[in-house]
Amino acid sequence: MPVYLETPLTKEKLKTLQVGDQVLLSGTIYTARDAAHKRLVTQIKNKETLPISLTNEIIYYMGPSPARPNQVIGSAGPTTSYRMDAYTPLLLEQGLLGMIGKGKRSEAVRMSIQKHQSIYFAAIGGAGALLSHRIKSAEMIAYKDLATEAIRKLVVEDFPIIVAIDIKGNDIYRDSKKKYRKLELFSKK
Amino acid sequence: MRSIHVEEITQVIQEMCVETNYYLDPHIKKAFYQSVKREESPLGKEILTSLIENADIAANYQIPICQDTGMVVVFCEIGQEVHFTGGYLEKAIHKGVRQGYAEGYLRKSVVSDPILRKNTQDNTPAVIHYQIIPGDQVHITLSPKGFGSENMSNIYMLAPSEGIAGIKKVVIQTVEKAGANACPPMIVGVGLGGTFEKAAILSKKALLRSVGTKSSLPHIAALEEELLNTINQLGIGPQGLGGITTALGVHIETYPTHIAGLPVAINMSCHVTRHAKRTL
Ligand code: SF4
Repeated sequence: MPVYLETPLTKEKLKTLQVGDQVLLSGTIYTARDAAHKRLVTQIKNKETLPISLTNEIIYYMGPSPARPNQVIGSAGPTTSYRMDAYTPLLLEQGLLGMIGKGKRSEAVRMSIQKHQSIYFAAIGGAGALLSHRIKSAEMIAYKDLATEAIRKLVVEDFPIIVAIDIKGNDIYRDSKKKYRKLELFSKK
Repeated sequence: MRSIHVEEITQVIQEMCVETNYYLDPHIKKAFYQSVKREESPLGKEILTSLIENADIAANYQIPICQDTGMVVVFCEIGQEVHFTGGYLEKAIHKGVRQGYAEGYLRKSVVSDPILRKNTQDNTPAVIHYQIIPGDQVHITLSPKGFGSENMSNIYMLAPSEGIAGIKKVVIQTVEKAGANACPPMIVGVGLGGTFEKAAILSKKALLRSVGTKSSLPHIAALEEELLNTINQLGIGPQGLGGITTALGVHIETYPTHIAGLPVAINMSCHVTRHAKRTL
């Protein structure tokens, strides 16, 4: 059974979520991928005001394909998260509470998520058409020159995601593989 | 001599850019249906079902299957009796990409310089491989390649003594390391032999084969099957969240090589492995 979750996130709400939970998220989230992360972090380091407040927000690692005239947004699936790992701890310090992406995070990010009691969700990579249909509005709000990589404000409805790292620091990528593993290869020396 | 106007090339390139990004390869879809039945992880089953739904939404509502509509790779096999008219072939290919990505509402993901990283805004240039073949036909194969999986690719220059065991080891290691980043269920392209660059190109060519097809060489077909079985025992599963559907296929292409070498290139690809072919 999926868990229904609404933004804004709170630390209270996150306490009920466990690694592996299937979540249907509704509310407002922001997109940012490689180039936008680089800019956000540069601005933080230069003590400039950010174009969005990160407090209690969710960032979705996503750069959509262009929308047709009758569409809210084009294809809109997650991009690989590890490329954002270098920037993530600083954003969590700024109050960011959730991230949506795909793939394993670094140990530093996993620890930072646990420390700040935040959360990392996985969306289905390569399901951009399906995910596009769960996005009800999209507005480019910052770094517009970055085009597909600009920061967008999205309103989503029943957006399907899976808890990948929970507030206790449990990591689905580390743990779930063991369950279905049928062989041990190349024993570690 | 047969004359082909380059505008014909532009036209087919444009069409293939669009169709590959909107219509999932039916062989992959068939593989999804087969995998859903077998998959042991309930979450894995749901993910595979979502991927089928995703393909249907993409086709019915004209939304690209995946937002990473790729960098375009083109293989041109040109009959030596062919003469191109009306312009320069390479320009015609880039024009086809430009038009396809604009008119198809596809994402522009190419930067003009690997260091300066300025988006070219039209997804050009494509990466083009030419081959001259006998006859007066032109075969064009186009494959938009996403980089979540491309980034997980690898090449090894093994010693011949490492043999089959060495090949298996590096393929499996590459798959393990790729994990969720290559958007499993994945398709693994392997190039064996040739030189450093030949192996890499072979591994890309291997991905152009429809999933489910086997190598025509019995010893290679056996290796493909063995690798696929092993990969599906790793536990990675759909999206790397656990399960037995990690790869839909392992395709190996080979070429003669040097007495001192055993090049092995592994080109990782995802469940949105796109390719189309036209003959002019
Ligand atoms: S790896 Fe493939 S399915 Fe995944 S995001 Fe890239 S193109 Fe899409």
